[in-house]
Amino acid sequence: MYVAVKGGERAIENAHRLLAHERRGDRDVPEVSLAQISEQLSLGVDRVMTEGSLYDRELASLAIKQARGDMIEAIFLVRAFRATLPRFGATEPVDTGRMQVRRRISSTFKDIPGGQILGPTFDYTHRLLDPQLAEGFAPELPATSDAPAGAMPRVTDILGRDGLIESSPRPDDDAPVGDLTREPLSFPADRDLRLQNLARADEGFLLALGYSSQRGYGRTHPFAGEIRLGEVEVEFLAEDVGFAVPLGSITLTECQMVNQFKGSATEGPCFTRGYGLAFGHCERKVMSMALVDRSLRARELGEEVLAPSQDEEFVMSHSDNVQATGFVEHLKLPHYVDFQSELGLLRKLRQEFAEAEASPPLREAAE
Amino acid sequence: MLTTEESGQQAKRKAAMAVLAHSGAVEIAGRLAAISLPDHENLREPENGLVMVRGRTGGDGAPFNLGEATVSRAAVRLSTGEVGFGYALGRDRQKAQMIALCDALIQSADHAGTIEANVLAPLRAAIAAAQNRKAAETAATRVDFYTMVRGEG
Repeated sequence: MYVAVKGGERAIENAHRLLAHERRGDRDVPEVSLAQISEQLSLGVDRVMTEGSLYDRELASLAIKQARGDMIEAIFLVRAFRATLPRFGATEPVDTGRMQVRRRISSTFKDIPGGQILGPTFDYTHRLLDPQLAEGFAPELPATSDAPAGAMPRVTDILGRDGLIESSPRPDDDAPVGDLTREPLSFPADRDLRLQNLARADEGFLLALGYSSQRGYGRTHPFAGEIRLGEVEVEFLAEDVGFAVPLGSITLTECQMVNQFKGSATEGPCFTRGYGLAFGHCERKVMSMALVDRSLRARELGEEVLAPSQDEEFVMSHSDNVQATGFVEHLKLPHYVDFQSELGLLRKLRQEFAEAEASPPLREAAE
Repeated sequence: MLTTEESGQQAKRKAAMAVLAHSGAVEIAGRLAAISLPDHENLREPENGLVMVRGRTGGDGAPFNLGEATVSRAAVRLSTGEVGFGYALGRDRQKAQMIALCDALIQSADHAGTIEANVLAPLRAAIAAAQNRKAAETAATRVDFYTMVRGEG
């Protein structure tokens, strides 16, 4: 046994050494820097921050480099890192209404106060590969024009003024905010926990669930009420300082989904809502999140729970790609003993089968 | 309750912290290097940690935990007794320490003017310029439906 253990150790060490070599690739090709990853693969960095559930561009860039571009591996690295630092507390809730907006669109109203602002978007590109980018390419500087002063109200606030849409659940500042990094999941889960789970959930999983709801598995009749991207200020009530201290700003993407109405004996019919919010620029993620958030409100809104996207236990238990990859990939680890017992059982069953074949039961023989 | 003077001082400190938190450590260090600083010591050694960033359901509703962010913090005391605190997103301990030092200095009648004129004012101007540039680039992508219709008619 001892010899086998030593052999395994050396093989592992050499495998990691080979991995480092492969990660570096052809040594004649310049090495990528964290700044290059952060600046030029910025949406990948945003995804790692969002699903790693840690806002730190430099760490997310390092994780992508270390993981050789494997996003889930990078997310895993970021999650592991966050366990090494103490938590000072929770910030004041960010105010996305006061965002310094870089993109803001609505598919429900053409003429929204503040306007439709396209910002840096892939939308309306032709999705043709651009050979110019294959070599050094210096893009034109961005166009500029006078920025209009004036607020940019949320589309849901505009609808809300006429009572056409349900209002957000009222804040109760004394109520504790659920935190799934501190307490294990239990069901039924309230919306604060569901949103936290969805915010760090795998983008592909949420995309598929949101898509399934559009295709009829728990239809919610959604409209993209508003999508906005930009910077919001973060403040932290530091007890030693005695007031809410500004920490700087973070980039967020927000999606307000407007869905088919509900009404009751006491309230007139109004549109319902789904909400998506995530770190960085990630529209696909927040749109999918908002679709699934709305689907998961089935119980609250008295809808029949029939489809996967409406089943909170199914969604929340399978949305985390670090957990999911841990369980799927653990199948690679040695299962020699488990397999030996299965093998033993199978041999016994086969032996019984062979014996039964050799001496058929009496009743059959009589026929 | 805070007195008017106290809340005025608090608003001033908070505004200064916002400017410093939005500035790069290199820029702050460059500004601080150009002025003579009084003796001071670290009251709390600069350290890194996390804060849980909260959002609101629907943007304006009940809070929920969105995800964490790295934060650096420090506390500094001047030899004359003023205590300053520094907090900033990221893991740059030196930046937190410089913010704490500035926070202590603006509470000192002897240094507040110098810090405002030589550190905060130029950093504030640089932040405003960057924000204005971004706003102008963003504004150029605003869709003007009215002009489009008139052009076709």
